[in-house]
Amino acid sequence: MKAQSSSLMISAAALCLSAGLSSAETIRWGGSTDLNSLDPYSYGSTFTLSFLNHVYEGLVRYDADLQIQPALAERWEMMSDSVWRFHLRKGVTFHDGAEFTAEDVMASLARVSHEKSPLRGNLPAYKSAKVIDDHTIDIELTGAYPLLLNDLTNIFIFDAGWLKANNSEEPTDVTAGVEGYATFNANGTGPFKIAERVPDTRTSMVVNEAWWDTPAHNVTRIEFTPIASAATRVAALLSGEIDFVEGAPVQDLPRLKAADNVTVIEGNALRTIMFGFNRRPELADGRTNPFNELKLRQAVAHAIDAELIHKRVMRGASRVAGTLVAPQIPGYDAALDAPIDYDADLARSLIKEAGAEGFAFQLTCSYDLWVNEEEICSAVVSMLTRVGLQPTLDIGPRANQMPKLTKGDADMFIFGWANEPMLDSYSILVQTVHSKSGTAGVFNWGNWSYPEWDTLIDKAAVELDRDTRLGYQTEVLKGARDEMLFVPLHQQPMAWAVSSKVEYVLQQADNKPRHWLTRIK
Amino acid sequence: MAAEPGLFLRLRRSDLWWSFTRHKAAMGAAILLGVLVLTAILAPWITPQNPYDPAALDLWNAELPPIWMEGGQWPFLLGTDNQGRDILSAVLYGSRISIVIGIGSVALSLVVGIGLGLAAGYFGGITDNVLMRVGDVLLSVPTILIAMLVSAMARASLPPELRDIGAGAVLVVAISLSAWVQYARTVRAQASVERRKEYVQAAQLLKVPARRIMFKHILPNTMTPILVAATLNFGMAILTEATLSFLGIGMPPSQPSLGTLIRFGNQYLFSGMWWMVIFPVLQLCLLVVSVNLLGDWLRDALNPRLR
Amino acid sequence: MLAFLIKRLSNAAMVMLAVSLMAFMIFRFVGDPVELMVNEQTTSEQRDELRERMGLNQPVLVQFARFVGNAVQGDFGISYRNQQSVMALIAERFPATMELVLLATLISLMVGVPLGVMTAIHRGKWYSEAVQFVSIIGVSLPSFVIGILLILAFAVTLGWLPAFGRGEVVDLGWWSTGLLTHSGRVALILPAIALSFYQITLVMRLVRAEMLETLRSDFVKFARARGVPAWRVHFRHALRNCLMPVVTMTAMNIGSLIAFALVTETVFQWPGMGLLFIQAVTFVDIPVMAAYLVIVSFIFVALNTIVDITYAVIDPRLRDANR
Repeated sequence: MKAQSSSLMISAAALCLSAGLSSAETIRWGGSTDLNSLDPYSYGSTFTLSFLNHVYEGLVRYDADLQIQPALAERWEMMSDSVWRFHLRKGVTFHDGAEFTAEDVMASLARVSHEKSPLRGNLPAYKSAKVIDDHTIDIELTGAYPLLLNDLTNIFIFDAGWLKANNSEEPTDVTAGVEGYATFNANGTGPFKIAERVPDTRTSMVVNEAWWDTPAHNVTRIEFTPIASAATRVAALLSGEIDFVEGAPVQDLPRLKAADNVTVIEGNALRTIMFGFNRRPELADGRTNPFNELKLRQAVAHAIDAELIHKRVMRGASRVAGTLVAPQIPGYDAALDAPIDYDADLARSLIKEAGAEGFAFQLTCSYDLWVNEEEICSAVVSMLTRVGLQPTLDIGPRANQMPKLTKGDADMFIFGWANEPMLDSYSILVQTVHSKSGTAGVFNWGNWSYPEWDTLIDKAAVELDRDTRLGYQTEVLKGARDEMLFVPLHQQPMAWAVSSKVEYVLQQADNKPRHWLTRIK
Repeated sequence: MAAEPGLFLRLRRSDLWWSFTRHKAAMGAAILLGVLVLTAILAPWITPQNPYDPAALDLWNAELPPIWMEGGQWPFLLGTDNQGRDILSAVLYGSRISIVIGIGSVALSLVVGIGLGLAAGYFGGITDNVLMRVGDVLLSVPTILIAMLVSAMARASLPPELRDIGAGAVLVVAISLSAWVQYARTVRAQASVERRKEYVQAAQLLKVPARRIMFKHILPNTMTPILVAATLNFGMAILTEATLSFLGIGMPPSQPSLGTLIRFGNQYLFSGMWWMVIFPVLQLCLLVVSVNLLGDWLRDALNPRLR
Repeated sequence: MLAFLIKRLSNAAMVMLAVSLMAFMIFRFVGDPVELMVNEQTTSEQRDELRERMGLNQPVLVQFARFVGNAVQGDFGISYRNQQSVMALIAERFPATMELVLLATLISLMVGVPLGVMTAIHRGKWYSEAVQFVSIIGVSLPSFVIGILLILAFAVTLGWLPAFGRGEVVDLGWWSTGLLTHSGRVALILPAIALSFYQITLVMRLVRAEMLETLRSDFVKFARARGVPAWRVHFRHALRNCLMPVVTMTAMNIGSLIAFALVTETVFQWPGMGLLFIQAVTFVDIPVMAAYLVIVSFIFVALNTIVDITYAVIDPRLRDANR
């Protein structure tokens, strides 16, 4: 065996030179979707951002327990309620050798908050920034805002000189009809450098030897291949063509677990899947909207057998939920998280009391957004039919369904929220629970309005004392449960699978691979 | 009318029948097709479950294997899918959809193709030019692309309450859109030859209405190639529907056709639940093979040069 | 001849214009790209503004005129999804699809022609009938089913061949080829077989029909009467006579094979134009969808026009037959 492998080594080394075949420290990653661009400010995609976090870094980052820790900023302090001062790390260099300074932070903040930036919503309270010296910068906000650090975890820092030299100081504007330099080239401070990118086919990264942090990983190369079909991805993993998959289909987990060369890593993600309702006085087709009746919403909650969906559709991999946020999210209250009982008889009598027997409506879902979404929605349609409602399933690609949801054409809809990238329940409250006004309630698709909750959420927005703030937020979450604003279903599972070559990979509830912590045998 | 022998008798005496009885594959195919069509028509009465009724599906019955395997349960002879849908019922209901869409799109493209082809060939001139150019355009885009685009467009623009009901009709239109051109071209070619013949000119002199000349005199002369093309297109239509449904832009999951069932099953290909994909595949193949065998025989039988 | 040429070319141009109008109109209805480009925290005002900047609020005719004007210059704009020039994206995928299509065509000729000859010469023998029967199954199996079965057998169960992708590729100028590496060659086998299945049957049946026709013709009978050996009659005279229609059909079918490759590419995750199109459909990437449709139709129309013109050059009688 030994002699054989050494002769193989020679030919393998020769091949490596020409084609970059996998060496011992290469991790071959099969993704369910490609990253949209190498430009982190180009597209609102959580996956793209998490991938590019290998190349680019923010001022702060989440540690292994999802707590904020210093990254490009060493420390920070608040000068006033609305001005934060950041002291930047010294001796950090970009991949092209340029030194990291406050000017880079300045240029990056200007770029991400530019009016053409699709990502400016990720930094909602930003007003302006001021360079104090090479390694100090002040960020001014529109007012007191407790979650700036959380937002900054996802604001990656570009090199100002590189942006300027390549005419990319403004975000890439797809409407202008020109390709952006940053779309195909990257120059960050992160643990890996982009070696090659062929969109939809392959993206390779090599280790950045000059990284400022002490690497916990021993990976020298990451080869990423998008494989959209779940079945193909599983086949590739089983046949040893790839080493790491971050979206293993739950139905294939038993087979993957049984395979000698594959290890499955499971966990519950932060994303809570739930059902929401239209709450306008009338439905899209002009009928009076029975969903405004609390009893009907409660009936729906009791008619859905979340436990059965957990067992059968999700194969026991999900976590049945009773409230809108996962346990790791600040503001979560275990008392609110008791699952809603499945009780078909109670559901029937509640429907009778609400006068909604035989009520016909659409359940709007998409094929591809959440784990096993199509199966979940089909199962819920069956369950609701059996208690005497007449739901029909309206399913299509996300692109077709989104406009209906935002226009308010959906009667009942499936919804998922991970509180990304803020990792705080304020995220779902301000974006979804709050009534539509200004920048709040963007995802308030049912157009509900509870003024007393709005007041609490607005108070939380400017409350700098963490406990007081979380108190307000939990109070709203309790109200949402009592009012059955959403019917919570579960936290969706994360299922990663790795080949026997991988010694350690960190999986956190935000479902983001962090290969700068990965070790290979 | 009464003096003429009945259709059946005429058929018995025809060359076609003689050829049919001598062709074993054609007879086998006809019997197979008969059984498939009959079971599809009778599906609501012979299946244990209505797979389109959401209330009949129970997750507790999900993913049961076929009855002869360990864990199989009565009455789910061929097992169940991930929603607790009985595979046998779903396959029979699915072939109903395939057959209806196949017949529907052949019928629609026949009516449109023959009508427009006759008009183009008989009137000639600008009518002919416009219709044939439209045909050129439709034939310049591969059928599968046209069908994909039409069904994607319909799904996005139809109101949701019509979408499930209208899905079949949309597919019929999508598939017919390029199929009619072939019929139109055949009929047109024949019509432009026939209209120069003396009997047509005589009829025109006698002020026989154009419609009557077209349908009574010209059309019957074009029927043989049309019949063969229609049979083969029936098989093609079923395949196109299955392909679109497999790609997720055909029949909705609430009314699965064979293609939709294969799409579901394909996701479970590596999970050991082979019955979810194999039975719909088998049914689809049997259906199309029997149709194509018949079409093949018909083409040979009607081609005088091959006798 | 010149008049014919001009007529044929202007005809092709008209068809292309109509195809692009159709493409453009249909894409107006497939969904809203803005919703996919923004993230969870974008306000509705920001969404409207983006919609305005992308020109989605302008009159349809203005948008169409702009589309055609740019398309003629080979500019299909920038993909909404990965923000790359659409023409560059398609040029990148084009070699993958063409290698697949050309290999599938080659397989179909290499298998289809001998089978066609065999079934024609030995008409009525049991093995010819058996091949005829199997060929009907060939046209009756949808290509996605063939793909699934091939993966199940050769990739999952036997583990001989890869289930997805294109393997390592080597760039030769702008053309990236998988033919020069081992992994590229083995990756090509299953998808090419899956794609060629239907084509094999078509070629076989065409060769068979043409052969039967020629074998009945006077000059073959004459050759036989002169005592020319059977194999010589079959291969020198009869086969040569039916190659022209086979070549024609093969050339014209390349267009539909490119279109059909999208199913094969989906099943095998083959990084070609078809997979790009399917991804574009799910992302409502309108520029990519429009460009794909126009380019595939262009190949289709161009092949047809070339075949027509070639025929007209060979046989002058055809020049005014197809008024």
